Amino acid sequence: MPWVLWVPAALALALVVLPVVGLLVRTDLRRVPGLIVSEASLTALRLSLETAAVSTAACIVLGVPLAVVLARSAVPGIRVLRAVVLLPLVLPPVVGGLALLYLLGRKGFLGYVLDVTAGVQVPFTTAAVVIAQTFVAMPFLVVSLEGALRSGGDRYEQIASTLGARPWTVFRRVTLPLLLPALGSGAVLSFARALGEFGATITFAGSLDGVTRTLPLAVYTQAEVDVDSAVALALLLIVVAIVVIAVARPRALEGNVR
Amino acid sequence: MKKLGALIAAAALLVAGCGSSSGGSGNTTLTVFAAASLTESFTALKTAFESAHPGTEVKFNFAGSSSLVQQMSNGARADVFASADQANMDKAVQAGVIDGSPALFATNKLTIAVAPGNPKRITSFADLAEGGLTVVVCAPQVPCGSATQKVEQKTGVTLKPASEEQDVKQVLNKVQTGDADAGLVYVTDAAGAAGKVAQVDFPEAAQAINNYPIAVVKNAPQSDLARQWVQFVLGAQGRAELQKAGFGAP
Repeated sequence: MPWVLWVPAALALALVVLPVVGLLVRTDLRRVPGLIVSEASLTALRLSLETAAVSTAACIVLGVPLAVVLARSAVPGIRVLRAVVLLPLVLPPVVGGLALLYLLGRKGFLGYVLDVTAGVQVPFTTAAVVIAQTFVAMPFLVVSLEGALRSGGDRYEQIASTLGARPWTVFRRVTLPLLLPALGSGAVLSFARALGEFGATITFAGSLDGVTRTLPLAVYTQAEVDVDSAVALALLLIVVAIVVIAVARPRALEGNVR
Repeated sequence: MKKLGALIAAAALLVAGCGSSSGGSGNTTLTVFAAASLTESFTALKTAFESAHPGTEVKFNFAGSSSLVQQMSNGARADVFASADQANMDKAVQAGVIDGSPALFATNKLTIAVAPGNPKRITSFADLAEGGLTVVVCAPQVPCGSATQKVEQKTGVTLKPASEEQDVKQVLNKVQTGDADAGLVYVTDAAGAAGKVAQVDFPEAAQAINNYPIAVVKNAPQSDLARQWVQFVLGAQGRAELQKAGFGAP
């Protein structure tokens, strides 16, 4: 490795680490435990962990098939489709929230049908939080999986099918096991993104204690009155994210992709 | 190697930030930090002020009052601060970023925003507490939310909101998209969205009048000009423009 890479690498690291250090330096750490155990912040933390877990599950259930389709099918227009899948990465989260509102809100075309036929209203519910989180987090999972599928190639799958395995068996016994490491890292990325989701949630789901006010929303609300306690809550979010990534320890995130 | 140099230069720029925006061509810039609800009226006043003061350019930073206080306490350069409530101006005074004493220049009060034509036939504040209505309010932490809370206390009517939004525009937004049947917003916001929402005024709103103070910032780079802007806003022209937006006189 050329030594000169150290310079930009150090700058890059500093760009990530120093702001967090700034946060820590300005925080009265003795106050943090007291601020964190308040009823409202614990409620928000619980809601955040629960919704992020459900969103991650939704990302896996929907994202794995999508990634396989994107990587393996030869349908014309698949490149356009892949670009569309990545859209939530580019869309400002607030716009993402508005888009969801225009789809599933009471006047949105799907939301209207749901409201009239089943009396179901999606905005302002915990389900809306999960939908918003899944919307923004799914591309992370799909991108990780698709990359792994493409770089891995389909050699094993072809051999399995020439040996007589049916497509479903190939998927279950060959494709899925090969995907596991990437699935681990993709799931953690999705979880982390869901945990930090803010813009789409506040626009689409609203903000109500215990129902839709996740930790990032609680941080924002709290910042209006007391910035110090908002920072304490944000530190809680940072700690949770680091613990999740460290405990889940997806192999792909540690460098040994397969 | 050339590429790498460019990369390092870009990184250095990124780290240094693009902070040196001052130093125009002899023009003086007046920087006004103002509550987001003042966007329309202050923008309208800018042109008149600039033509009365040739060579002056007025630049705005519109945001929530508490974010503005936060920015100023962290060293943001400003000449004038106009807050949407007394509490945030008090915070600014306590933080030592205000010069002299703030002056009240406008008032605002709550109204009920509903869909055009008022399909749910909401006529009073108490109507909002009835079942089957999706009501959206501001969070108690922000000025419109504390005003809402005050009205609830004075009337004894307890709302069960579907959401407590971070700012009044979000409340308005949810009424406009039809996801909320009613929302508590300021009369100025409802006036700004006339046609998209209808407003139902209620007498109890008078119990929670919101005051807007304005002040010159301490160590303002353009303190003289800042004082002139404050006088301008307090004067007849400012008054007329604010009234047009729905603000009351202090």
